Amino acid sequence: MAEYETVIGLEVHAQLTTKSKLFCGCSIEFGAPPNTHVCPVCLGLPGSLPVVNAGAVERAMRAALALGCTVREHSVFARKNYFYPDLAKNYQISQYELPLNENGRLVVEVEGTTREVIIQRIHLEEDAAKNIHGAGSGESTLVDYNRAGTALMEIVSGPDLRSSSEAEEYLKRLREILMCLGVNDGNLEEGSFRCDANVSIRPVGQKKLGTRCELKNINSFRFVRKAIDYEVARQITVVSGGGTIRQETRTWNETQGKTLPMRSKEEAMDYRYFPDPDLPALAVTPEAIEAARAALPELPEAKRARYLAELGLTAADASVLTGHPEIARYFEASVAALLARANKLTRDAAGKRVANFVQSEVLRYAKADGLRVELPVTSDHVAELLALVESGEISGKQAKSVLADVMASGKSPAKVVAEQGLSQVSDTAAIEAAAREVLAANAPNVALYKAGKTNVMGFFVGQVMKAMKGAGNPRLVNEVLQKLLSEAP
Amino acid sequence: MAAPTITIDVVRHVAKLAALSLSPTEEETMCRELRAILASMAALEALDVSGVPPTFHAVAMHGGLRPDEVRDSFPRAELLAAAPAHEAGGFAVPKVMDGEG
Amino acid sequence: MRDAAGMAVTELAAAIASGELSAVEVTRATLARIAARDGVTHAYLHVDSEGALQAAAQVDRARAQGEKLGVLAGVPIGIKDCMCTRGLPTTCASKILEGYVPPYDAHVVERVRAAGGVIVGKLNMDEFAMGSSNENSAYGTARNPWDSARTPGGSSGGAAAATAEGLAGATLGSDTGGSVRQPASYCGVTAIKPTYGRVSRYGLIAFASSLDQVGPIARNVRDAARMLGVIAGHDPRDATSVTRPVDDYEAECGKDVRGLRVGVVKGATDRGCDPAVVEAFARTQKQLTALGCELVEVELPHQEHALAVYYIIAPAEASSNLARFDGMRYGLRVNGDDLRDTYARTRGAGFGPEVKRRIMLGTYALSAGYYDAFYLKAQKVRTLIKRDFTQAFSRCDVLITPTAPTAAFKFGEKSGDPMSMYMQDIFTLPPSLAGIPAVSVPCGLSPDGLPIGLQICAPELEEKRLVRIGHAFETAIAWNHRPPRFS
Ligand SMILES: [Zn+2]
Repeated sequence: MAEYETVIGLEVHAQLTTKSKLFCGCSIEFGAPPNTHVCPVCLGLPGSLPVVNAGAVERAMRAALALGCTVREHSVFARKNYFYPDLAKNYQISQYELPLNENGRLVVEVEGTTREVIIQRIHLEEDAAKNIHGAGSGESTLVDYNRAGTALMEIVSGPDLRSSSEAEEYLKRLREILMCLGVNDGNLEEGSFRCDANVSIRPVGQKKLGTRCELKNINSFRFVRKAIDYEVARQITVVSGGGTIRQETRTWNETQGKTLPMRSKEEAMDYRYFPDPDLPALAVTPEAIEAARAALPELPEAKRARYLAELGLTAADASVLTGHPEIARYFEASVAALLARANKLTRDAAGKRVANFVQSEVLRYAKADGLRVELPVTSDHVAELLALVESGEISGKQAKSVLADVMASGKSPAKVVAEQGLSQVSDTAAIEAAAREVLAANAPNVALYKAGKTNVMGFFVGQVMKAMKGAGNPRLVNEVLQKLLSEAP
Repeated sequence: MAAPTITIDVVRHVAKLAALSLSPTEEETMCRELRAILASMAALEALDVSGVPPTFHAVAMHGGLRPDEVRDSFPRAELLAAAPAHEAGGFAVPKVMDGEG
Repeated sequence: MRDAAGMAVTELAAAIASGELSAVEVTRATLARIAARDGVTHAYLHVDSEGALQAAAQVDRARAQGEKLGVLAGVPIGIKDCMCTRGLPTTCASKILEGYVPPYDAHVVERVRAAGGVIVGKLNMDEFAMGSSNENSAYGTARNPWDSARTPGGSSGGAAAATAEGLAGATLGSDTGGSVRQPASYCGVTAIKPTYGRVSRYGLIAFASSLDQVGPIARNVRDAARMLGVIAGHDPRDATSVTRPVDDYEAECGKDVRGLRVGVVKGATDRGCDPAVVEAFARTQKQLTALGCELVEVELPHQEHALAVYYIIAPAEASSNLARFDGMRYGLRVNGDDLRDTYARTRGAGFGPEVKRRIMLGTYALSAGYYDAFYLKAQKVRTLIKRDFTQAFSRCDVLITPTAPTAAFKFGEKSGDPMSMYMQDIFTLPPSLAGIPAVSVPCGLSPDGLPIGLQICAPELEEKRLVRIGHAFETAIAWNHRPPRFS
């Protein structure tokens, strides 16, 4: 088995986060009743004409620049002609010979090995409608054109990936970048981030690529691995058994856990591409390209590096916190707010405190829906709460119950603390009074302490806290006891 | 231009691409007429166009872009009314086999 | 009451604005004339009496209330059946769109309505604008008002016939390779094919998208200029729409043409022209000289390839444009054994022979292995054709040719031979391929008493020149011929 190398190239169709479709003003809202977001253009009615959505161009360009692509100043929309009910015009407007963006790269790392993946092209195209099978009476298929014409960008990688884990990692990194740029909502279930994989095998050492099969319908990261692993094993079995691989399109069938052939490429359609005469060449000025480049946000990888270097995070923490752009923003806002409140804290310490608190206490209540994340409390409240802990007003343990109250009531942490009288007693005099009583009542233990059995300190602290009904600031209680014990004759 | 020969098989293949049913008589006629039309274009073959860029659009222009704004969609009832068949808000079409495209 | 059928658009609009005529009576008169005559001419596929009378009443009400009236207020207008009209059938004279009613108005239809024009109905044409004789209409051919045994030309045959016979004040046709100019020439009326992009194509059912333009057909140049002024202008719904402001075309009428350099294409009439056309063209040159124009001989060396180039590009684009007519969302459906069979049967039954021929030709020209040899090569030769014009216009202001090599021919005369039919377009194709504007104005009658047309071409967006010289010429030859059975 080890003598074969796996070669994978991925084609990702990412739906752009525009408000309207690629060529008309219909909304791209998901889940509307069938055929309620349609007009003459996206329904391909006679006489209608497409006009390109500037927001789609801008987003595709942003993605391209983030992935290091060259943006073409003049790109061309072409018609891909084939008959199918989900294509209102029986041609799809896509980009063929001269795509908007070319030649980018994305580096992925799996178990310490890095792999540079070439992004061959990123082009714009319109999505197809949805065929609903079995919904109609009799044999009919029902077509819903709501999705027809939605702006997609197709991101085509080179055949550069060598394992299903690399493929999965590539998709995760790509999705994270697109989400960070705000150009795609990363929603696999709703189909706004879809992937086809071209998979082939070749004997190790062979340069020539093997015959590839195209895997469709892989709509979760889990399926990517399973589908590719299945397909690689299948191809190896075929080839080692003396057979040859047929170039074909296969679909991942989750119930059977198999890839199954869809149609063979021998009878591939002749798409008769030609430049769409309804759309003059798409022109992008060098100024617009430079402006877009300058406006690029910090990408997840750079963020992770910065979190490690400046905020003292571990790689694992940084990875979690940069996994979604909203969470990263939240984290950073919380750190900044905490530093503003607790100015003795170093950035490093503030980063660590927020990272721990957000990961252990906040994220479990977070609800993500595409690019939106609903978080239980504001970053200001997180900072306020951690500042209260920092100043010793409340203990770390109390912070958790305060958080629950803040979530439930929406009140600020300070208010919750005040209302519930949770403030720790930090009045040294009160602590000292309690401590003197405890020491006076436990002379034998004091003697033991002085004889070197310093572990009785815990006992004293417990007694003082008990006397103060738990409201004593543990740090101060400790300090006061130590002082009194060292003073005593 | 590689002197194209139009045969009945070519006619049938092209008709399939064009989703057009032709009767045997139509196939014959089409074969003859396409041959004649293509033969009349032979003079193009001799013309040297090396270095000449194509004119895909008669007037040099760059397409205006549309701002990303949502416009009202059309009333579904009116759109479906024009359909040969519709059901449950969808356009009803003959059964589509997956991957047939 | 004055006979509206004999009046120019500008006169009608003035008479309605002044209250001399009411829009409703003009509309009634037009509808009555259609009822009386269109049984023979068959210019209309659909007459909208009710809608027209409502629109006319609206104009009269607006006038009564002292509102400012549009430049076409109350003028009966016919629309070629390839332009979408909300609530009115739009079939492209094809069985595949039988009974189809669009849910929206084409841009040009909106413009006509906004100018107060009264849309009386939809005009006959060659199916999907493919043809030069109107014989390709699925609903019976329109006839030439000058001789009902002859074709009115095509594809806007119904529009030219209706205009010539006074079944509308003016009409809108569409021109892909000569489809307003050639029928105008055959019917003795004037038609302008604007610069590509000058008029929005939104709502014009596409034949060949890189060539299609809507153009007015009218009984005189001033009327055509007014119509062009109404429909021209930028439309953000058409990405190929030109943004430059629209000129005042009507203001060119009556302007001096002395010193204007008129290019005459060398050997223009050598290729298959009828002697009557040759003679009319020669006479025209003398008349232009008499007007003070300076004749210049120019060459268009690649013109001979225009026919081949056109019959690659137009069918290729058409094959894709007409793919949407498949019986799934609108129009005819002929059920078959399965999806593929339904597509094929629907299209096989819904399209006529010429449309099928062009779909086949275009599909072939785009198919794998032939794209470079046909489509791409044709687009390169198109560049050469365009360059020829640029070169020629460095030496002249406008350029003239006959509009068509013959006057109107008899039905059946050319329908058996696609190539001889296609030859009717040899003069009108080159300006279409180059995207430049051209007008056809009548320039005389043949010995058979049939009108002959003169084509004048101008550089991009110089429609003004066409109006100026067209109007001067029309005035000089005192063109006021009407079909014999006009009154
Ligand atoms: Zn739409």
